[in-house]
Amino acid sequence: MGLTLTEDQIILRDMAKNFFAEKSPVERMRALRDARDETGFSRELWKEMGELGWIAIPFPEAVGGAGMGYAALGTVLTECGRVLAPQPFLSTVLLGGNAVLFGGSYALQHELLPGVCSGDRILSLAFQEHGRFAPYSVQTSATRNDASFTINGSKQFVLDGQVADQIVTVARTSGSPGERDGLSLFVVEAGAPGIAVERTVLVDGRNAARITYENVAVEADRVLGEIDGGADVLDPVFDRATVGLCSEILGSIEEAFERTLEYLKMREQFGVKIGTFQALRHRAADMFGELEFARSMVMDAQSAIDEERDDLAESASAAKARCSDVADLIGGEAIQMHGGIGMTDEEEIGLFFKRLKAAELTLGDANYHRDRFAGLRGY
Amino acid sequence: MSTISIEEFRQEVRSWIDETLPSDLRVGNRKDLPKKSLSKWLKALIERGWGAPDWPVEYGGGGLDRQQAAVLKSELKRVRAPFVKSFGITMLGPTLLEFGTEEQKREFLPPIARNEVKWCQGYSEPGAGSDLASLQTRAVRDGDEYIVTGQKIWTTGADVADWIFCLVRTDPDASKHEGISFLLFPMKQPGVEVSPLKLIDGSADFSQVFFDGVRAQAKHLIGPVNGGWTIAKRLLQHERSTDGGSEGGITNAPKETLVDVVKREVGVENGVLADAAMRQRLAEQEIEQRALRLTMRRAAEQARAGQTARDIGSLGKYRWANMVKEEQDIAMLAFGTRGLGWDGSGVESGQLDRTKAWLTTRADSIWGGTNEVQLNVIAKRVLQLPE
Repeated sequence: MGLTLTEDQIILRDMAKNFFAEKSPVERMRALRDARDETGFSRELWKEMGELGWIAIPFPEAVGGAGMGYAALGTVLTECGRVLAPQPFLSTVLLGGNAVLFGGSYALQHELLPGVCSGDRILSLAFQEHGRFAPYSVQTSATRNDASFTINGSKQFVLDGQVADQIVTVARTSGSPGERDGLSLFVVEAGAPGIAVERTVLVDGRNAARITYENVAVEADRVLGEIDGGADVLDPVFDRATVGLCSEILGSIEEAFERTLEYLKMREQFGVKIGTFQALRHRAADMFGELEFARSMVMDAQSAIDEERDDLAESASAAKARCSDVADLIGGEAIQMHGGIGMTDEEEIGLFFKRLKAAELTLGDANYHRDRFAGLRGY
Repeated sequence: MSTISIEEFRQEVRSWIDETLPSDLRVGNRKDLPKKSLSKWLKALIERGWGAPDWPVEYGGGGLDRQQAAVLKSELKRVRAPFVKSFGITMLGPTLLEFGTEEQKREFLPPIARNEVKWCQGYSEPGAGSDLASLQTRAVRDGDEYIVTGQKIWTTGADVADWIFCLVRTDPDASKHEGISFLLFPMKQPGVEVSPLKLIDGSADFSQVFFDGVRAQAKHLIGPVNGGWTIAKRLLQHERSTDGGSEGGITNAPKETLVDVVKREVGVENGVLADAAMRQRLAEQEIEQRALRLTMRRAAEQARAGQTARDIGSLGKYRWANMVKEEQDIAMLAFGTRGLGWDGSGVESGQLDRTKAWLTTRADSIWGGTNEVQLNVIAKRVLQLPE
């Protein structure tokens, strides 16, 4: 099994669908963007989601989580994607939260994760230093002096970093950029002396931070995982975050496709509905196929996590490779088929297009994941 | 049989197969199986009623319920046993069970179940391919008979067939879908001429068939006169349900996997294929295989769970066709000019099989509804786009 929703998951999905439709329709995301909202998402809504237990879904009960797994989380993320809700799932739960879960000591887990689950604490994972996703390509350094480390360097694309309480920072403790060995993870307080956080508003209306570290001191008990062995924490974190992001993409492509399909059925030119034109019908049929295939891959990758399958990494990369391509296809076709109106800021389809491009490029594009998949398959 | 549990039934099937199936046949439905051994096995299978396992016993079937038939199928598949596969069993039989009269069922089904009569399918015509309903072969009533005149094409096995199930026009004045009937008649009779069609892969399994004043008995018309189109479409569903997926038919598919071929031919340096673009393309092909398999499995799981699912029959056929073609395209690129040898010096048979498979698979996006027809079906039935 694993490719169908259970009854509980269907109930959860329907609850989430209603919740987001009522409280976070696409206009809400647009309003946050237009107001250049300092937070970038709705803290109030995030707290409500915490109360509903949705943030806690992937975390074990021992740290205040619900232990329900990624198929369940996926239903919420997909509905989130359907309305483009910019809630900090990726930054706080999938990246930062998972880094603490996989690498944190008992003390760190219990200090940080209950607040994550309740929606009170925002976390970020600062890993990226260049435009392209390359998780081991880290130059930012951490040097040891007795019981603490000193971090120097800079990061970009730190999702929701502008409001994070703690920034989990990937730094190099040995080796050189590109090497898997020699990375270490540190829980850095957002207000630590020497840290500078600047906000970048992204094309999809979401927010990320550019962070510079100048002799930022971190105590040794704030390390996640082993010194030099940070990649052992990062790998499972990125796999889970990738699958979570794919779940969100699924909702956005589904909605963008459905809106485009409705437009084909409604829009008239040359005296007929444009959905009667075979050139458009075939492309719509192809989009449908890609959407269904993407859905299968995402559900399979979710269950690969939940069932602790050996081919989790393969499934995650296969899913992201496909979802990235389909995000590009459906996003692009959605604009094209909406014609001139699709180019206007007023029409919401453009918001989907931009979000889909951002999601496509986040955590590795299709080429990156096909490349990784090939490596895992032995070629 | 209904009194035993499904697990008992599985055990029964398993031990019967163990006793009956010789080891040299446990390689799947290949063309090059040892003849004597194969015919003995198929005879045993047929005597057991398992040539047509889910047909009623009175028509020569095995009388298994759906669950038992599925168990039998999976057990046969598990040991890669050859099974009886004919147009009679996969296509005509289910159609007769649904639309035939009692008399027609008793006349035609038992010989099909016993694999005694070979059938061929008279659908396509030179002027009626994707637009099948524009077919022109005429059948004119003459007393208790019809007289059939016209031409069919792409008729698999016409040269060896005993009978044909044939779409004929019985009312030339009606609109094109409404003047068609579904008629059965013998192939071995005056006025039938079969001319093999040689294809681009060198094979000649298909034929053109010419009918000139051929006789059919009026009682062998299935369903209502001029009501053949519904039956024709239903039969195509049986065709699609047996293809377009993982079941596969009789093939000479090379045993080496695509990944092995590409690794060997392209070369691997430090665990990475030497051609980066090829590596991406191969990964994409493997991902596509995975996605197709998962999508088919998801549809089956949804059906089992009683959840409503979108119809993915046409999607599956379409993507499957593209996938098999892409596999051969990649192999051709990997072999380079070595794959171009056709005859004479230096042509290895394994290599030629690949080259032929590349040519043969061009048909996969054409038969059983072209890719374009499948996309039309998805647009209309699934997406409900206006026409």
